[in-house]
Amino acid sequence: MNLRINFSSGVPIYLQLIEQIKHAVETGAIRSGEQLPTIRSVAEELTMNPNTVARAYRELERESIVEVRHGSGVFVAGPQSSTTKTAEIRKAGEVLRTAMEKGMALDLSKSELRRVFEDELSRLQEKAAATRRRT
Amino acid sequence: MNDKLIDAHGLSKSYSGTPALRGLDLAVPRGSICGFLGRNGAGKTTTLKLLLGMLRPDAGEIRLFGEAVDAEASSIAARRRIGFVSEDKELYPFMSVGQTIRFTRAFFPGWRRDLEEKYLELFQLPLGKAVRKLSKGMRTQLMLLLAMARGAELLMMDEPTSGLDPAMTEDILRALADLAASGGTTIFFSSHQLAEVEQICDRVCIIDEGQAVIDGELDELKSQYRRILLTFDGEPPNALAGLAGIDHLRQRGRTASLLAHGNVDAMVDRVRELKPSSIEVRSVSLKELFLDHVRGE
Repeated sequence: MNLRINFSSGVPIYLQLIEQIKHAVETGAIRSGEQLPTIRSVAEELTMNPNTVARAYRELERESIVEVRHGSGVFVAGPQSSTTKTAEIRKAGEVLRTAMEKGMALDLSKSELRRVFEDELSRLQEKAAATRRRT
Repeated sequence: MNDKLIDAHGLSKSYSGTPALRGLDLAVPRGSICGFLGRNGAGKTTTLKLLLGMLRPDAGEIRLFGEAVDAEASSIAARRRIGFVSEDKELYPFMSVGQTIRFTRAFFPGWRRDLEEKYLELFQLPLGKAVRKLSKGMRTQLMLLLAMARGAELLMMDEPTSGLDPAMTEDILRALADLAASGGTTIFFSSHQLAEVEQICDRVCIIDEGQAVIDGELDELKSQYRRILLTFDGEPPNALAGLAGIDHLRQRGRTASLLAHGNVDAMVDRVRELKPSSIEVRSVSLKELFLDHVRGE
């Protein structure tokens, strides 16, 4: 698993970690049953705050992406059905392609499209995080 | 996690009539790494001196480890649990690294030999070398070692990485991450380097003209604050300046930039009624938060 954090971005760091770990699980870079690096080793590896790593792990546990086995560490949770995942990714790709074609018809450049995409994505993530906080 | 190791309220301090601090509030929870930011002369060093008991406040209250520290006995007891790395890295220049460590060790019955050895190895400090011949980075590392080996629960530092090269800065930051992860040490340090603060801190306090203008969890601040960029067909309407809940407003020609926090969706709805030709909402970096809060435009 290759984690990379953009510290100077306005996107909360724990959300960046959550997204990257989810991505690693979805792409099979880390599989169910495998152990995640310890909070301490992530903090040292990326030279970042251990409380922030702990927060990301807590959120992932709440979403049942990982499970904490006390005394032995944090592991990727139960089997992910990879075939449905692939189908879902393909479906999402089709929806996005239509949206991007519309954007291009409006004469938006590649970087403008990318910015719109990133903005919307982080807005959704934040909304999800806000909902999680409330529950 | 909820208990505060540093809890200060309404701190004020003047130097011969000139106010340095004007009612500063500050809270640092146990286990956090808190970056203390502000321009030169904002009151950072005065705050550290008050917390360390080197100065007395004119007004306000300081609680350390949950206890008020106005009486001498409680002050000494609390400050024994604090390690301090000063900006000028004051050490005896004629002593060697080894002599400095032995000399300091003698003052502290709770000295941790395991930590001493751990940081000696981590920093690769040359025991026989005279302190005056050490680089600035090595002096910082030696001071960190001395502060940690005496078993400090709270580490305070005044610009620990100023004048250090990027590699040395990274080593210091990694040591701080390790301290927070393994020992649960609480760390409070002043800095001018926004990049290192956003890398290593989970909390920030920004001080300006002797008052805290921001004090909170960094990721929460990033979630709460938004910049709203507006373009109008003509002059931006005057009603913009009157909108409630705006932290900062800047206008240039037909464009306006708002900094807002809290319920940004509601703010966007109100702004939309002013009929801008475009609205863009962006996330805000620590640098932007800092500049918008301390420039006082």
